[in-house]
Amino acid sequence: MNETERVQDFVYHEARLLDEKKFEAWLALLTDDVLYWMPLKRDQLEEDLFNSLLYEDKLLLQVRIERLKSPRVYSQLPPSHSQHVLQHPEVICQGDKAYQSRTPFIYLESHMDTQLTLGGVVHHELVTVDGKLRIRRKRIELLNRESALPSIQLFL
Amino acid sequence: MNVSTTRFVNPADVSALVRDDEVHKDVYIDADVFQLEMDHLWPSTWIFLGHDSQIPQPGNFITADIAAEPLIMLRDSDGLVVVVKNRCAHKGAKLVSALSGELSSNLRCPYHGWTYRLDGSLRSIPEPKGYAGSKYDLLASDRATVDESTGLSRVKNVEIYRGFVFVKLSDAGLGFHEYYGESLSSIDNMADRSPEGRLEVVGGTFRYMHNCNWKMFVENLNDTMHPMVAHHSSAGTVKKLWYADHDETDIKPMVVEQFEPFVSNYKFFDDMGVKIFPNGHSYTGVNFSIHSAYSAIPGYHESLVNAYGKEKAENILATNRHNTVYYPSLTIKGAIQTLRIARPIAHDKTLLESWTFRLVGASDEHLKRTLMYSRLINAPTSVVGHDDLHCYRAIQEGLASSDNEWVSLHRRYDDSERIDIAGEYKGNSEVSMRGQFRAWRERIVASMQAQAS
Repeated sequence: MNETERVQDFVYHEARLLDEKKFEAWLALLTDDVLYWMPLKRDQLEEDLFNSLLYEDKLLLQVRIERLKSPRVYSQLPPSHSQHVLQHPEVICQGDKAYQSRTPFIYLESHMDTQLTLGGVVHHELVTVDGKLRIRRKRIELLNRESALPSIQLFL
Repeated sequence: MNVSTTRFVNPADVSALVRDDEVHKDVYIDADVFQLEMDHLWPSTWIFLGHDSQIPQPGNFITADIAAEPLIMLRDSDGLVVVVKNRCAHKGAKLVSALSGELSSNLRCPYHGWTYRLDGSLRSIPEPKGYAGSKYDLLASDRATVDESTGLSRVKNVEIYRGFVFVKLSDAGLGFHEYYGESLSSIDNMADRSPEGRLEVVGGTFRYMHNCNWKMFVENLNDTMHPMVAHHSSAGTVKKLWYADHDETDIKPMVVEQFEPFVSNYKFFDDMGVKIFPNGHSYTGVNFSIHSAYSAIPGYHESLVNAYGKEKAENILATNRHNTVYYPSLTIKGAIQTLRIARPIAHDKTLLESWTFRLVGASDEHLKRTLMYSRLINAPTSVVGHDDLHCYRAIQEGLASSDNEWVSLHRRYDDSERIDIAGEYKGNSEVSMRGQFRAWRERIVASMQAQAS
């Protein structure tokens, strides 16, 4: 398997862990300085003093996952379910076993009788730690980020 | 607007929905009650439309619907803030569709090209000869320069208070200062926190669709006994994870500073206190609030002392109110410079907008803290938001039950409220909700009576 295929497999694997709710395994794919970012406007730069739908470090991601285990997480009783549908990721090798990938996606999140459909492009920045690929940044560019949105409760 | 577009013809039928310490469930789940609110409560009260910092230059505009009226707030050629109906005088098309933008020297209808000046007056019509003899005859020699009846409808009742633009769509109801009175001190506190006394809307808007009645959100703002229950899973989890390997002596990250107070105990929220004004307005956090213990930002205290003098600066910073409700649709947090607006769409559908402000003249650290708070608490992706909306929705569905037609607002009710509800109370009273419904009844009944006479 070449480097590009290895990255593509990794991106598919990550989405599968989220959809199968193997959240602890998913957390293990993140570097300690991970950024999980969903901008609110188009062409948003990190240094812009502009808000984001998500701008989360590892602590906040752990909170989301730990919260789902709480017996009082009423908004997830019953739980939501997600399904990522990914297009083939485009991969750019950065050298030093670091990579960027760009993956158009459709994301479904169902809760009881309603199903939310979102789409967009997810950008991964991956590094190699102890011989394994890890996510340093994940930027999710939602297609309808300016629209009035309902609750989005799981992980894109 | 007709006197009765709903089953409510007699004001007594409206009054009967509100009792001293409980309300009929129809106020949340009945489409006719919703229409009644849109016909009478919204038009006869001062509704927040926007902030003048959003339209700094002539031609800048924002749009919003208030009680289904499409409105444009724009800066005209003279630099004045103008509010017009977003409806072409010809066939009714909306002139602009974007939520904000910039116009050149006029507004042009996208359908037949009628144009209007920035003050809303009619400027040109293609093939003007076709209108000879009508009020739209722009070629008539005896025509007044500006004929208001042919332009875009102007909203007459517009009031700007420290940059906050409010409109009242009908002539019924109270004057601006009579309506808001002393509650405006919360807007003052937010603006005074800028060393220049000025605010600027920046950072984008969260638009979070709620499948519930607007009042569930508005009541929740001063509901001090839900956070420790509803937000146990979110704020409580932050606290649990942080203190698993830290103690009180560790410097908390901003995230922990912002989440942790949500799961304070009942005594904390009770001691916070609530202040009730006439006409449904209120704020929690008379003595302190969940925003009081934020760490100081270097240089800020000094900049306020330089701007205002020591005493005033310290008064400004000692005021850390929680939520101030400007009934019915606006709520602000001066201490963290955020604002939310309830935009009712149907009896069970409400758009919530969350805005953020820069304190002009203060450092970017303030804005970063403001943006973080709004993101963590108000975004459609917020775990705190998920907690709240779940509860609102649960009420919306639970009230379908035929078992009990009345919703209790009794906690710490006292008969003396019947004479005068304004004043200061302990935080865990439900008095703010009783004050809101008292205003709800007064304003709707007054508007119905004004139309009937």
